[in-house]
Amino acid sequence: MVTQNRVPAPKPVSCPNCGGRIELRGFAHTRSAVCLQCCTVLDTATPELRILQRFDERLRVRPLIPLGTRGQIQGKKWEVIGFQVRTIQVEGTSYSWHEYLLFNPYAGFRYLTHYDGHWNFVATVRALPEFTSAQGRKAVRFEGRTYRHFQSAQAVTTFVMGEFPWAVRVGEAVKADDYVAPPYVLSAEHDGREINWSQGVYMEGSEVWKAFALPGAPPAAHGVYANQPNPHLERMRRAWRTFTVLGVLWVAALVAHLALSANRELFRGSYRFSASSPGEHSLVTDVFTVPREGNVKIEIRTDLDNNWAYFNMALLAEDGSRGFDFGREISYYHGRDPDGSWSEGSRSDSATLARVPAGRYYLRIEPEMDAQASFGSSAGMNMNYEVIVRHDVPRLWLFFLALPLLLIPPALSSLRALGVESARWSESDYGTIPGYSAD
Amino acid sequence: MRRTAECPSCGAPVQFAWSAAVQTACPYCHSILVRHDVNLEKVGITADLPPDASPIQLFTEGIFDNRRFTVIGRIRYEWEQGAWNEWHLLFQDQTSGWLSDAQAEYAVSFLVQPPAQLPPPDQLAPGRILQISGAAFYVTHLTRVRYVGFEGELPFTTADRSEFLTADLRTFDARFATIDYSEQPPLLFAGRFAAFDELRLSNLREFEGW
Repeated sequence: MVTQNRVPAPKPVSCPNCGGRIELRGFAHTRSAVCLQCCTVLDTATPELRILQRFDERLRVRPLIPLGTRGQIQGKKWEVIGFQVRTIQVEGTSYSWHEYLLFNPYAGFRYLTHYDGHWNFVATVRALPEFTSAQGRKAVRFEGRTYRHFQSAQAVTTFVMGEFPWAVRVGEAVKADDYVAPPYVLSAEHDGREINWSQGVYMEGSEVWKAFALPGAPPAAHGVYANQPNPHLERMRRAWRTFTVLGVLWVAALVAHLALSANRELFRGSYRFSASSPGEHSLVTDVFTVPREGNVKIEIRTDLDNNWAYFNMALLAEDGSRGFDFGREISYYHGRDPDGSWSEGSRSDSATLARVPAGRYYLRIEPEMDAQASFGSSAGMNMNYEVIVRHDVPRLWLFFLALPLLLIPPALSSLRALGVESARWSESDYGTIPGYSAD
Repeated sequence: MRRTAECPSCGAPVQFAWSAAVQTACPYCHSILVRHDVNLEKVGITADLPPDASPIQLFTEGIFDNRRFTVIGRIRYEWEQGAWNEWHLLFQDQTSGWLSDAQAEYAVSFLVQPPAQLPPPDQLAPGRILQISGAAFYVTHLTRVRYVGFEGELPFTTADRSEFLTADLRTFDARFATIDYSEQPPLLFAGRFAAFDELRLSNLREFEGW
């Protein structure tokens, strides 16, 4: 009793019902085969090919990949030997998907499923997925991934052709639960006695067409499929990683800028202004030196109280070669009303001149006050103020302008990723993304 | 290093690859031979194994967990939904194991010492958990197994194996165990599922057209 070293190709059989020729491809694995001519399921385990079932010819569906087609997936050659249509009912609507049975005599059986342009390459799972929950919904743990429950439905076989390693029948129903962790899907099929698990990995139609060298173009994919990978999710993660790197650089640059800015005080002087005193109100300060080209910040601090002042100012080179004119209005009002105390404005202000060449400079200051607005009181016409001149001060507005700009790419990609996820989960039993309540 | 004995029925030389083999078949007269110390006893005639589509055959070689093995025997079983092979493996260190092949899904297991007395099958409803070598094994189903035939060398006789119950158990990490109630006390086999490529099998059967 020596096993044959070479297994001969299975011979075609004749349908005992109509005499039609039935090609066989699954060697001794085949337990049932379909005569497509008369829509009869035959028991190939019996020599006389007992008829298991006859089904309605109107159920006939034409598969996109013909029986006998061979293709290469995950480095292995597979032959299409069976095809079935399975149908679920959701809220009164039927949804059907196609299942191709793939066979390789060494690696066994796989499935290729197709729904609305979306494909999955499916293998049975022999380890036991572990039931758990995630974000308040059913989930399973398998090979280190958490699969979230997507849909439960009664799946009915509505058409079969080709051959199968089990006794296939039209009308057979199982309770099917899908759990997703894109690009993977885990399906549990309960046949009443036990749960059979399988794992699918998402494939694009173009990949399937290439794998099986099919003519023409694959059907277009509609919507977001349960386990279709979300390209924006990876883009979002990348954008946030980039943002983190840029954020660290931003802080480093800010610290460096603060550390490298001299921020040196060049001049400080205190003055008193009296609007009631007659004559010229302008004054000039002592000369100070701007050591090298850079910004110059002039700060004015007053003791204004329910009053305002205007400062006409100029930074002038001692040699008269250049001057920078500018002005600042300072007003500060406060009080109490039935809503509580309030205040408006500020007692101080500053002006920054961006690029002042090195040299010797002085300030000309000419304050103005509105005597009318100060209710005629003498206090309202007087003001003490201080002028401080600093050189090479840190300019932070650029940094704080940059921060929201840096946030734009991760925010946009997050919105896009969220859009895909909500499209995916809108088709689930839950209607919403896990973690988002339906209410 | 094969040992040779003489078939008590036809006198042909019968070779043993494994010194501990208990049952073999005479390749010439198809007698079922059971070994008692040095003597071979004919206990019957083998039935022809039905054609099957396993890519494995006697003397197929492979590697499991970095250990080389050779297939030296096979038992074919069937259950209500099909049939499968248990290929008897001889490892280089003279230990033996099993490679099961059910519709080209593969699993390797070894006879192990049960951690405690194994419960009878009527106490093993699916879902029940047994602790075996530190892991939780879940009972997935009970199977009524029927013996179909054998070839090559086996570590036991098939006389008591015409029909018996097994309990199948699985873990979350692709390990499995089978409690075999053909003997008393029952036998426990434990192992894990393996992908075809992982076993690096050679000397396989060829399939016409593939």
